[in-house]
Parts: sequence; C-alpha cells; structure tokens
Amino acid sequence: MTLLLQFLFSGLTTGTVYALVGIGFNIVYNSTSIINLAQGEFVVIGGLMMWFFLEGMQLPFAVSLSLTLLTAAVVGLLMERLTIKPLLKKGDLLLMIMVTIAISILIRGILMFKFGKDPYTYPPFTEGEPINFYGAVITQQTLWVIGITALCIVLLYLFFNKTMTGRAMRACSLDVKAARLMGINVSNIVMLSFIISAIIGAIGGIAITPISLMEYDKGAMLSVKGFCAAIMGGLGRSRGAVAGGFTLGILESLTAGYIHSGFKDAVALLIMLFILFVKPAGIFGKAEIVRLRKF
Amino acid sequence: MKVMGKFFLIFLILLATTTLISTNSYSKEPYKIGAIFSVTGPASFLGEPEKNTVLMLVEQINKAGGINGRPLEVIIEDSKSDETQAVLAAKKLLEKDKVLAIIGPSTTGESMALVPIMTQAQTPLISAAAGANITQPVKERYWIFKTAQYDTSAVEAIYNYMKKQGIKKVGIITITTGFGDAGRKALIEMAPKFGISIVADERYGPKDTDMTTQLTKIKAAGAQAVINWSVGPGQVIVTKNWHALKMGIPLYQSHGWGSKKNLELAGKAAEGVIAPLGRLVVWDKLPDKHPQKALLKKYVTDYEARYKSEPGTFGGHAYDALMMVVEALKNVGPDKKKIRDYIETKIKKWPGTGGIFNMSPTDHCGLDASAFEMVIVKNGDWEILK
Repeated sequence: MTLLLQFLFSGLTTGTVYALVGIGFNIVYNSTSIINLAQGEFVVIGGLMMWFFLEGMQLPFAVSLSLTLLTAAVVGLLMERLTIKPLLKKGDLLLMIMVTIAISILIRGILMFKFGKDPYTYPPFTEGEPINFYGAVITQQTLWVIGITALCIVLLYLFFNKTMTGRAMRACSLDVKAARLMGINVSNIVMLSFIISAIIGAIGGIAITPISLMEYDKGAMLSVKGFCAAIMGGLGRSRGAVAGGFTLGILESLTAGYIHSGFKDAVALLIMLFILFVKPAGIFGKAEIVRLRKF
Repeated sequence: MKVMGKFFLIFLILLATTTLISTNSYSKEPYKIGAIFSVTGPASFLGEPEKNTVLMLVEQINKAGGINGRPLEVIIEDSKSDETQAVLAAKKLLEKDKVLAIIGPSTTGESMALVPIMTQAQTPLISAAAGANITQPVKERYWIFKTAQYDTSAVEAIYNYMKKQGIKKVGIITITTGFGDAGRKALIEMAPKFGISIVADERYGPKDTDMTTQLTKIKAAGAQAVINWSVGPGQVIVTKNWHALKMGIPLYQSHGWGSKKNLELAGKAAEGVIAPLGRLVVWDKLPDKHPQKALLKKYVTDYEARYKSEPGTFGGHAYDALMMVVEALKNVGPDKKKIRDYIETKIKKWPGTGGIFNMSPTDHCGLDASAFEMVIVKNGDWEILK
C-alpha cells in the first residue's frame, strides 16, 4: 500500500509538468491548428530565468516571479509576431511547425550561451520536512506543483468560459472564418494564445525546478512528453491534456515500480499507442471533430 | 603594367615580412602534439575543462622555455562529441600536421574509434576517457594509453569500504548512458568477489525529473545501501529524493560526484553522501607530504585563477595525458616509438592529478583503486574517510 502510494505521488509530480506542457500545446493548437514544438522551451525559460532573477540578481520572490513570467510572455509574443504571423496567411501548417522547431533550437542555443550547460536550482517555495502520508513521503514542493497546476486549470477554465476574450479564443478554435465575420481580431487572438501558452509553460518550469533542477536542454524531452499527454487526452481539449499528463506520469511511475525502471518510457508510450488505437481521438476527443481537422 | 608591378612589389614585401616574423618567433621547429576533445556537443562538460587545461599548460611550458629549448605546439581539434568527427580530426592531425602523439579524445566511444587509426599510423594515443576497453586487451593496444581511472577501480574502492562497514545487500540505480552502463556492469560483475549481493537494479534516463519510485523499490527490497552511478543532474536529483524519502540507508555516488557544483545544487540533502573521488577535488585536505599535493595545488589554483571555474577530474585527465607526453619528449626527443616506450616503461610512481601512475607492458592505465579516496559530504564540504 505504501509502495503504491509512493509510486502514485511520484507519478503525480512528473505528470503535472506533462499536463502543463500539454495545456500549452492545446491553447496554441486551438487558435492556429499548429503544434508549437517550442513549448518545452518555455518551461526551461521559466526555470532558468527564475534562477537568474532570484539567485543571480537576488531579487525578492514576487518580483522574480513577475519578471520571469514577463520574460516568457515577451518571448511568446516575439515568437508569434516575428515568425508565425507572417506565415499564417500562407496557411502552410507543416511549414509553421518546422519554424517552431527552429525556434526551439534557437532558444536552446541562446540559453546555453547565457547559462552554460550546468543544471540550476533554487530553494523550494517553503522550507520544511517532507510530509508523511500513510508511510509514503511527499515533499512540500510537490504539493506546490500540484496546487499551482490546479490553480492554472481553474483560472484557464474561468478565462475561456467567463470572459469575452476567452470566449473569442474559443470561437476561433471552432471556426476561424466565422469568428472573423463576428468581428473578432483573429491575429490578436493568435498572439494571445502564444503568450498564454508561454506563461503556462514558464509557471511549470518555475514550480518544478526546485525538485528536478533545470538545464538548457531539458525542453526537448518535456515537449515530447507534453505532446504525448495532449494527444492521449485528445488534442485541443485542455481537460484532456490534464488527464493525459497525469495518466502518462502515473503509468511511467507504475511501470518503473512494478515492472522495471528501464522500461518505463517504452511501456508508457506503448499504452499511449494502445489508447490511440482504441480511441484515435484521445480520451476526451470526439471523432467528429478529428475528421474536420486540417492537421 | 606599372600598377601590376607595384602590387607585385607589395606582395613580395608582405611575403618577406611574414616569413621573417615566423622565423623570428620560432627560432627552432616546435614539437607538435595533437589533441582531440569534445569541446562542443553532449560531452562538452568533459571537453571544455580539458581544452582549457591544455591551453594553460602549453602557455606555462613555453613561458618556461619549452621542452629542451624547443617550443611546444598543441593543435586542438573539436570532435563535437562525435565519433566520426574524432576520426576525421585524428586523420588531419596525423597526415597534415604530422603530430608526434595525440591526447584525448574525451569519451570512450571516440577513443575506441581511434584505436585502429593510431595503431596503423604507429603514433601514441593517450586517451582521457575511462572505459576499460580502451587499453584492454593490452596486446592489441600497443600504441594506446589512458589517464582516467578505470570504472572498476571506483567500484572496487566502494566495495572495499562497504565490506569494512559490514554492508552485504545493496541496491543500485544507474543512468541509461554509456557511463551508467559501464558502471552498472562493473557493479554487478564485481559484487560477488566482495560478498555483496545486489538486491535491486534500477535505471533512469538522463533527463528524468524524479527517481522516488526507483529509490522506494530499492528500500522495499531490503538494501543496506544505495549506489547511484551517473554524471549530470541525475546524481543531484537522486540525492534530493534520497533525502526527502529519509531512506535511513547510506547513499553512495560514483567518482562522477566530485564537483562542488553538486554540493551547491543538492544543498543539505547531500549531507552524508559517500563517494570514491580522485584526490584532485580534495587536494587541500591531503597531508603536505603526499606526492600529489604540490602539483594538484598548483594546477587547481592556476586553473581557477585563469578560468574562474573548477577544473574537475576531467581537466585533470588532460593534464596527466599532456604531461606524460611532455616528459617523454624531454627525455627521448621527437621519436614516436621512443615516446611510446618511455610512457610504457618509465612512467612509474609518477604522480599525476588522477593518482600515482605505474604504467607497464600489461597495464596501459597504471591506476588502481588506490587512486581514490573515500570522501563523505560534511557541512557542505568534502571530508576524507579513513
């Protein structure tokens, strides 16, 4: 029982990050139908910039946090304005996805130049002993990560359902042309989606760095896993990304625990393939929507 | 035509001055040595301190008058952590630069790729990588040497210490890279010799973020100690997880643990972690009469003053490789075969950064478990265990 609990906690920790990256994929996907493969890089930017402001420049926590999120937002904004916007008119989705790969390599290069190849970390948000829960141990930072992820999900839900801008973004994801006819500025919505996904990624990075350290090239792995989470839950469904992220994280942890840690990536991905065979639209995806997709 | 003539004249003058300059600065032909390091790419954490070390040493040697009055020139090539690039670099160094010996490469894979080329070119190679296959079987490695300690020596040092502590059951957790694979193999193969049984054999990927699951399993399997074998962020994450789980059994790390950076990153979680480390990282804790102390002090302080970072064990491997060749050149002159013979037979009780080398026709590494000290982390610093 204790073992199972511990494996579940471990899976939750990794799963939250996958979920946050997956949500970022979905937000951009919904407004543009492209997969932003630089999503993992936003997580790295979050972790490393937080270190830079907090430890490097010795700024207070709240200031560092705001500056980090601002940096991520600016990167997201520049990325969209400089590369995606000019290409969006041509409508070549594959080309735009290639561009996001190029940008991920560029960001990685800049981060390596600035921070070098060493991993970085800073103290957890609250100091204190790990919490013992029926014999299984959970660190306080893990609780922070889970709490912050939950908060992000709630805020995003409110934003997309209760605010005008959020509804406009949803309208774009349903039908760009109709949205434009309704007077929605689609170009601004696309920009906003990049900014939000950058901030979501950075929040993930800020929260997990005290647990897992952060180095310049961690983004690629996170992009792959986050993408899996998004696909598994049904691409475009934020609820799906959360479910997918947790499922993937827990599957990995259970495989490592009960089968062998050497197989954990393989088994988790095999199960993902299996889910997609049975339900190609993902756990929460609808087959009808998938048929209408361009990509 | 007049213009052409003028240009020709200027060209001649330029040519004359450049040849003058070059003949002036090198009154004698320099000794040429090649170096191949993974300066960029995934193994750059090895190649960078190695390159820096060589640049610094060459400057120091030439400032002190070179070798027997001849300047030393080391041509450094970047292998980009890639075996093909390493082979190309070696061919260039051998054919174009006509070097007397090559030091490096930084990784085991690249070193193995160079074995046939160096053997064919009959030129000594002093590798800075650790893999045992680089110098074994020694009969087929006539021209090949290495300065990094064997992984098996590090394992031997750990098991020796565990035997003294009465530890009989261990759980191992290794990273899925070449370093982790080699360590895992050595840990499993050597355990029975020390009466140790491995009760759990766990693994993790180089970019994994949480190893709690693996450690929980190790504890549940009834291990009396955990051994982690990795370099990079993984060893810090394992340390943090080990601390958070309050496992109640000691954590041992590999010889890759020896960087102050790890202590910074792991913070108080690192307290009590034990590892076999080369004396380079604990030089200031050695007794004054230890044969390695003086050279380690000079190397580490010079390096830190110049590059504002620690050289690490890896920079030391390049130091040893270069200094062996330099000493051979000093004694036998620019002859490839004689350099090789000198290193094989005359490098005895030779203090380097990695340990006290004893090369022989049957051992082209010359280091054993005595190259390591068992070191524990106490109050954020290293402390040598007796």
